[in-house]
Amino acid sequence: MRFSLLSLIRQSFAHNTGWPEQWRSPEPKPSYDAIIIGGGGHGLATAYYMAAEHGMRNIAVVEKGWIGGGNTGRNTTIIRSNYLWEESEALYGHAMTLWQDLSQVLNYNVMYSPRGVMMLAHNIHDVQVFKRHVHANRLAGTDNEWLTPEQAKAFCPILNISKDIRYPVIGASLQRRGGTARHDAVAWGYARAASALGVDILQNCEVTAITRDASGAVAGIETTRGTIATKRIGVVAAGNTSHVMSMAGVRLPLESYPLQALVSEPVKPVMPCVVMSNTIHAYMSQSDKGELVIGAGTDAYISYSQTGGLHIATHTLDAICEMFPNVRRLRMLRNWGGIVDVTPDRSPIIGKTPVPGLFLNCGWGTGGFKATPGSGHVFAHQVATGEPHPINAPFSLDRFRTGRLIDEAAAAAVAH
Amino acid sequence: MLLIPCPYCGPRSELEFKHAGEAHITREPQVADDQAWGEFLYTRTNPKGIIAERWRHTSGCGRFFNCLRDTVSDNILATYKSGEPRPSLETSGEPSR
Ligand SMILES: Cc1cc2nc3c(=O)[nH]c(=O)nc-3n(C[C@H](O)[C@H](O)[C@H](O)COP(=O)(O)OP(=O)(O)OC[C@H]3O[C@@H](n4cnc5c(N)ncnc54)[C@H](O)[C@@H]3O)c2cc1C
Ligand SMILES: [Zn+2]
Repeated sequence: MRFSLLSLIRQSFAHNTGWPEQWRSPEPKPSYDAIIIGGGGHGLATAYYMAAEHGMRNIAVVEKGWIGGGNTGRNTTIIRSNYLWEESEALYGHAMTLWQDLSQVLNYNVMYSPRGVMMLAHNIHDVQVFKRHVHANRLAGTDNEWLTPEQAKAFCPILNISKDIRYPVIGASLQRRGGTARHDAVAWGYARAASALGVDILQNCEVTAITRDASGAVAGIETTRGTIATKRIGVVAAGNTSHVMSMAGVRLPLESYPLQALVSEPVKPVMPCVVMSNTIHAYMSQSDKGELVIGAGTDAYISYSQTGGLHIATHTLDAICEMFPNVRRLRMLRNWGGIVDVTPDRSPIIGKTPVPGLFLNCGWGTGGFKATPGSGHVFAHQVATGEPHPINAPFSLDRFRTGRLIDEAAAAAVAH
Repeated sequence: MLLIPCPYCGPRSELEFKHAGEAHITREPQVADDQAWGEFLYTRTNPKGIIAERWRHTSGCGRFFNCLRDTVSDNILATYKSGEPRPSLETSGEPSR
């Protein structure tokens, strides 16, 4: 059933009892032409574009829990594309283009809201780095502009720009096309559209082994719901990527860290945009439900615990209270963690692996939600054709051998 | 927050320490090709299970040491001085909680 004004009216007269399930939950087939491991936004988007643009219908997404239950459903949903290097601008810019009409394409409201993402500068280094980004972005046709503290406050009235705080705001960069989207809706929208094209979405199905034939090429997977044969696998398992790839004997330049977020009790609209501060490790926006959505930093050590240390969240709340004094007395409702897979250069890995038939899309670390449509689109090309899309070609695993890193780490220190 | 037993100072709060990455990473000095160099610099075990990692007691004795920790439960299973071999866990056999 397509969502439309008419279907909404019909369903409301039927007391919303007639909505069909949004995607099928079939039993696993004995074999597929390709399998995507990981039912987060990136994996589901990959499967959707493989079906929609490459005509592959006999494919499955295999998810150990429920779709979107990984980082997709745990992130603070900041969307922006003002990265430093040309390779990144192309990749995140590609996603930004796809976000614009994604709700129409999927016939599912992903609530993409280009409300503007403002990044605060607190010291001379920040000013220099952000201005460098602004200039590089403008040369590449990516919108990004520099604001004075007064302009920043005009854009976000609850921002504290007084000069006598510990980390005063001395400027900001603003990407107006940046914003947020509804994380669950992105997963559900892609799942629904993919399922309608014939993609099997297999939940509660954990991959426990990757099997290979005599030549070393991929032959299939073992799962908690049985053995499935396939000659092509795309691994899109975020924080669990090293673990899944170890099933095929591949070691990676990845480390998995807990990253946490928290939300306040809901209040009337107070915040019209997204504000980020990399330097003092805090960022905030307001959801349509009214909760203030706050992102914190990562823990110092590798962990798969899906929780973070309380001192990390406390540190962020210190910063939030200083930047936004009028939210100080709000109570926090929920706090959670996700496991993010971080690469040495803070850029993702999208491409081939040493194992024939095994492809990889990982390393999105603390900031991959924004890239979901673009990542899925180029990775679908990679898995379907076997060769990289021009946009993901520079993001190969091989760059850690050749030294052609795409160093957003040096550029931003943290990135969301 | 972790409670980390420094082998020199005893148990202290995580705030006194800096994490210093995977332990026991060594490089064969005779091998200098791009593959080996890239792996030495960047490839990590990143295990879901027991990791050998380095910590530095920056706000204490200042020394580096090694630690075995279960990355699923975050339980610390052993700490030992740099240069000492990785202890075998068979005797302690502590289940992950
Ligand atoms: C607290 C937090 C805040 C963040 N904030 C932002 C932000 O503001 N903006 C932004 O752009 N990004 C942000 N990110 C990062 C973003 O969430 C991720 O980069 C992105 O969602 C990754 O999507 P994914 O589909 O690759 O991963 P996931 O959604 O994690 O999907 C991977 C899936 O693989 C499954 N899986 C793992 N192992 C197996 C197995 N063996 N068998 C079967 N399935 C398996 C998992 O269950 C999971 O569902 C944040 C992350 C966190 C944790
Ligand atoms: Zn000590």
